[in-house]
Amino acid sequence: MSEPRKSGKDLKEAVLRILGEIAPDADLSRLKPDENLREALDIDSMDFLRFASKIEQELGVPVPESDYRKLGTLAACVRYLEAASKIPSSTPAPFGRFVA
Amino acid sequence: MKSRWAPIIKTMPRRGPLPNLEDYAKACAGFSWEEARRELAGLPGGGGLNIAYEAVDRHVDAGFGGRVAIRWIGKHGDVRDYTYAQLKILSDRFANVLGGLGIGKGDPVFALCGRIPELYIATLGSLKNRSVFCPLFSAFGPEPIRSRLSIGEAKLLVTTESLYNRKIAALRDSLPALQRVLIIRDGAVRGEEMAGTVDYDRAMEGASERFSISPTSPEDRALLHFTSGTTGFPKGAVHVHDAAVAHHATGRFALDMKPGDVFWCTADPGWVTGTSYGIIAPLTNGITNLVVESEFDPEQWLDILEREKVSVWYTAPTAIRMLMKGGAAPVKRRRYPALRLLASVGEALNPEAVVWGREAFGLPFHDNWWQTETGGIMISNFASMDVRPGSMGRPIPGIEAAIVRRTENGGAEEIREPDVQGELALRPGWPSMFRAYWNEPERYRQCFAGGFYLTGDLARRDEDGYFWFIGRSDDVIKSSGHLIGPFEVESALLEHEAVAEAAAIGVPDPVAGELVKAFVTLKPGYAGSPELQRGILGLARSRLGAAVAPKEIEFRSALPRTRSGKIMRRLLKAQALGLPEGDLSTLEVPS
Repeated sequence: MSEPRKSGKDLKEAVLRILGEIAPDADLSRLKPDENLREALDIDSMDFLRFASKIEQELGVPVPESDYRKLGTLAACVRYLEAASKIPSSTPAPFGRFVA
Repeated sequence: MKSRWAPIIKTMPRRGPLPNLEDYAKACAGFSWEEARRELAGLPGGGGLNIAYEAVDRHVDAGFGGRVAIRWIGKHGDVRDYTYAQLKILSDRFANVLGGLGIGKGDPVFALCGRIPELYIATLGSLKNRSVFCPLFSAFGPEPIRSRLSIGEAKLLVTTESLYNRKIAALRDSLPALQRVLIIRDGAVRGEEMAGTVDYDRAMEGASERFSISPTSPEDRALLHFTSGTTGFPKGAVHVHDAAVAHHATGRFALDMKPGDVFWCTADPGWVTGTSYGIIAPLTNGITNLVVESEFDPEQWLDILEREKVSVWYTAPTAIRMLMKGGAAPVKRRRYPALRLLASVGEALNPEAVVWGREAFGLPFHDNWWQTETGGIMISNFASMDVRPGSMGRPIPGIEAAIVRRTENGGAEEIREPDVQGELALRPGWPSMFRAYWNEPERYRQCFAGGFYLTGDLARRDEDGYFWFIGRSDDVIKSSGHLIGPFEVESALLEHEAVAEAAAIGVPDPVAGELVKAFVTLKPGYAGSPELQRGILGLARSRLGAAVAPKEIEFRSALPRTRSGKIMRRLLKAQALGLPEGDLSTLEVPS
């Protein structure tokens, strides 16, 4: 199961799409890359858990609890996903891991 | 009715000093509220009882002004200490600011801000000024804010620049009673003057740092906390200065506060826990109160527990279950030699979480039970007492709790035999009992029957006097420990042009306890689609804020109603839970 590696731009779009499902009221076009997501989009702890689990399910990147603090901003999310996509995995993720 | 979870037996030797409440039966037998009241100083010269004096000034008068009262940890990791002496000066200044703005005794002062130092200063200063203080949760959207400011007749609001711009400015015209808004600068609107507001810093600088608290009756109104019912808009539970007697005593009994402790209550003051135990109880007990501005983050919270040498930690089931998701390993990587008591409140803590505390921290979580209306902890597991996982514990000394059934004539009678389900009720008379719902005497009256305050919670008591929570007797939703009124949610959903009817219920969630789910029917000409779902959800979030808005919306062709036309939320809930739907004889079948 391999698919072309996603670019930073694709990852950003994927993150924005997931954020748009969780906080449809937010104006994502005005979200700055380094803005705190929880504050800028009025995302509470339960929204954030859903955000992390959607990233796991839809992008196939596991996000352990201890990494939540690495997903604080849009730019940080993209960096995290880029780094995760460079780590080869021996077990294919159910929804297609980004393979280097 | 035996629990499948073995009791956690408290054996000697225990970690740390002996608990304040060493022997439950003895403590109950020897307790009186009159004696508890003598633990407080009272205003000098017989001037009555004022919460802020007990929380701050009396420690300074007693020569402990140099102790750290509040250690504040900002969201960027910055740490600020406030000694009791500094807190006295700052709260004196704030009381003078209020006086200068024409805000006096009994006037409602509201706050809308995160857990920033100014919030704590405003609370104490308002209490000194004998105004009625009402902190609002900053994650509320404009609608819950507007309704609470309006119902509570807020005369002054303390808030930040950014919250003012996002949530208040557009509401000003609809709030005729709101005379003044004090603005805390947070850099959101640099250099810009905001019309109709007063700058907090400038007002504080111009105010005297000496304030003399006027005589305060223990029955003078002090705090206002909003809570939700099944029907109607939120109701404001009024607490009086005498509540400090219960805050102080329960802080000692249930949370075992001792001199030298570092105490951390994770609740926001916008919910009653965050005021009674996030501000008042630790300060009346003269200990260091840790305030953490940022929201839950497992690694950061564990770092704080370790680094700040927290001795007593009071948190919520949702946070505990989030920690559990990450497993015990991150907890065990750190050392907590000062930590001697873990406590939880907000909703019944599941036995798995109680026991997990022991596995991860070497200490079980001690669940306790109370509500906005009770003002303080009423039923608790104590440090000295064996814990029965899943039980809320036993009543605090001075509290008489009972299981009752409501009678046909509007009364209530006690069920004395053990292990019978009924409504949890309390004998009125404890100091932190609410004295009114703001401007709603009828709703207040309805809370009492047969000589009891009826809590609306269903519970049972076992033969040893431990109480066990069963559920709510009404339709309110308990999400992340916060009570949410379905009516408030449904009202916002009905504002959407496509929505014909709406019903909000709580659906089980392994972390939050319950999540708000809404069922809606659409007006003719609209069809359910993911876009419409997002549109309705977006509107609800923008009106209500993330803490109150539904997390899920489901379209239905019809909602079940009784023959009298009332939407049956219970039936929707039974369906969502896959439970038997019960007696449907009064149900109207949709055509």
